[in-house]
Amino acid sequence: MSTFWIVLVVLAVAALCFVLARRRALSAVDGDQRHLHSRPNYYGFSAALWAAGPALIVLALWLALQPLVVDRSVRPLVLEEDRNAALVMSDVTRLAGGIDRAIAMGGLTAQEARGLTADGLRDRLSDFGTALASEVSPGVLEAAQRYRTIEGRGALLRSILTIGLAVGLGAFALWRVAPGFRARTSVERAILGALIAAACVAIGTTIGIVLSLIFNTIKFFGLYPAADFLFGTTWAPSFGGGSSLGILPLLWGTLYISLIALLVAVPIGLLAAIYLSEYAHRTVRAWAKPMLEVLAGIPTIVYGLFALLTVGPLLMDVFGPGGALGVRWMGGGTSVMTAGLVMGIMLIPFVSSLSDDIINAVPQSMRDGSLGLGATQSETVKQVILPAALPGIVGAVLLAASRAIGETMIVVLGAGAAARLDLNPFEAMTTVTAKIVSQLTGDADFSSPEALVAFALGMTLFVITLILNVFALWIVRRYREQYE
Amino acid sequence: MNDMRLGDRAKQMDDTKIRARGVNVFYGDNHAIKDVDVDIADRMVTAFIGPSGCGKSTFLRCLNRMNDTISACKITGEIKIDDQNIYDSRVDPVQLRAKVGMVFQKPNPFPKSIYDNVAYGPRIHGLAKNRKEMDEIVERALRRGAIWNEVKDRLHAPATGLSGGQQQRICIARAVATEPEVLLMDEPCSALDPIATAQVEELIDELRQNFSVVIVTHSMQQAARVSQRTAFFHLGDLVEYGETGTIFTNPEDSRTESYISGRIG
Ligand SMILES: Nc1ncnc2c1ncn2[C@@H]1O[C@H](COP(=O)(O)OP(=O)(O)O)[C@@H](O)[C@H]1O
Ligand SMILES: [Mg+2]
Repeated sequence: MSTFWIVLVVLAVAALCFVLARRRALSAVDGDQRHLHSRPNYYGFSAALWAAGPALIVLALWLALQPLVVDRSVRPLVLEEDRNAALVMSDVTRLAGGIDRAIAMGGLTAQEARGLTADGLRDRLSDFGTALASEVSPGVLEAAQRYRTIEGRGALLRSILTIGLAVGLGAFALWRVAPGFRARTSVERAILGALIAAACVAIGTTIGIVLSLIFNTIKFFGLYPAADFLFGTTWAPSFGGGSSLGILPLLWGTLYISLIALLVAVPIGLLAAIYLSEYAHRTVRAWAKPMLEVLAGIPTIVYGLFALLTVGPLLMDVFGPGGALGVRWMGGGTSVMTAGLVMGIMLIPFVSSLSDDIINAVPQSMRDGSLGLGATQSETVKQVILPAALPGIVGAVLLAASRAIGETMIVVLGAGAAARLDLNPFEAMTTVTAKIVSQLTGDADFSSPEALVAFALGMTLFVITLILNVFALWIVRRYREQYE
Repeated sequence: MNDMRLGDRAKQMDDTKIRARGVNVFYGDNHAIKDVDVDIADRMVTAFIGPSGCGKSTFLRCLNRMNDTISACKITGEIKIDDQNIYDSRVDPVQLRAKVGMVFQKPNPFPKSIYDNVAYGPRIHGLAKNRKEMDEIVERALRRGAIWNEVKDRLHAPATGLSGGQQQRICIARAVATEPEVLLMDEPCSALDPIATAQVEELIDELRQNFSVVIVTHSMQQAARVSQRTAFFHLGDLVEYGETGTIFTNPEDSRTESYISGRIG
């Protein structure tokens, strides 16, 4: 029975339990629900949860664990094959899937399938839409047969266990229904459990991602010296081996582009925020603020296109050969400047809306105090509001910086692909994120250092942005306490 | 000051510092101040009393044009300080506020040091030629604010770390430091405990030597203690204005009488 059907049956059992439990609760008090501890629906929900909850949890665990068990018992059969074990295993599952499909399409009987030989199997299966990469070896066939047996047994056991659990626990819950049973409390507990489970999933996946980053980074450092990675000044991956994978040019590109982006975004964003919160009339603010927030909603790939198609050529017309200034600083449309300017535009709404909130949090009494002493509005902003809001604004800038560092699409389209340590902002350079993309999009072998380096790059970025974020949050929090 | 002859002093105390005629204030459709005429005397303490929402703060804020910062607020009529209409288009509200200082209900020191708080006004108006003069201005203001002895050893500590009563006296010192001619106080003691209140009241009595002081207060005892003139507002009208003693012992208007005897609240 397939998973879909199992789930459907379990849900049907749960629905049945709901109806029965509700009816049983009502009939126990002759239809007068005032004598029940909880409203009748709670009895229904409680029974349905008993029926469906544990059964579905067991099903999920089973589905997660079965592949591991199968793999462990099949893998020893193919160890003597002199190819990569992971590739052989994928052949095995493919072959097993092909045989199953042939049976399902009526090309083989179950009896015939058990007695198959390796010769000509590839051609037979291709008739049923399964294309195998190479001829089937007897070892692989045997492993595939073993795989099918275990899978089949597992599927049967899984159906029986899950549905049995649903029916058994459902019956138990029905038996428990009585006027004094605190169904409402038990539903409450189930809801609490669901909330905790959701929180655990969120935290668990985060931890999982970080752990996978760490393990793969360690694996990479086993293949490539950490010192060469961290302090190397050339980035020249070659998939044939013998690559130089120094992160410094990439970090330089990242920081350079982020710096230009912040130089654009921080002054403009901050001044816009000051205008909006201190000077703008209420009606202006009412439409200008949402406009800025729309800007924040534009997908970064659109900014990337803008960089590639508009800003790059525009800069070429000014700084490129034959351009308006008559200088030859720029060789092509993609450059640090192109990506930095566009990323700065992307960050303006981010900076301005955070700063606006922070400036608005400065109490009106500060403004009144300053204006009451005969200060002008700009003196008030400069001498009182900005100093009071400064820690918060620094926090906002750091958050913007961590976004700039993690930005990918604008860089891929706007900055070029050359890893370079150079001061000229009109040169093409590239960043850590862009190189992660390019290291993983080729048909690289995922266990080579050239692909694994992506994890080390990701880890580096993660550490940098984590530090920035923690620092920013710490500053913002300190600032918040000031007026409380 | 002290060797001024009695006759001069009496004459000066009768001088009118602020003369308001036909003042109306509207917040949108809300008519908050209705045709108020009042003469505020120089070097005296004038108290504004009345139930909440009757427009005391609104009228007070007209006197230094703080209401200009509220876009919904419209003011008509004429307010003259020393014969100059402050709503005249030639008057710069920023200059005016240096001349008419204000102390607010809640102490609002800037999140800066005590010294920088007091030096704030003198700095923006360029009152000191050098560091030494600034030190003198700050010291004089803090002494006038009756807080010098408490803070002289920690002038560079943040003002926000002081107690509420100390903060309020810092705010008074800060207002005094720009050498205003009029000092407006909007319920300056409402956030303070009785001891701090007594200190501030004593201070107000001293400030009368140099400034004309207008104080809004909810406490009639306070008005009786610190002021020489009292104005009673009710629903935007100035009901009665005169000598504090007369208002409290022998009010002409029945509304004033019921308010001070606690029947309108
Ligand atoms: N900023 C404002 N915007 C709109 N209406 C206001 C504002 N400030 C005060 N008012 C209104 O003006 C009237 C007088 O208020 P206020 O002067 O604060 O009274 P008081 O200080 O005597 O308690 C009240 O009706 C109040 O609602
Ligand atoms: Mg008030």
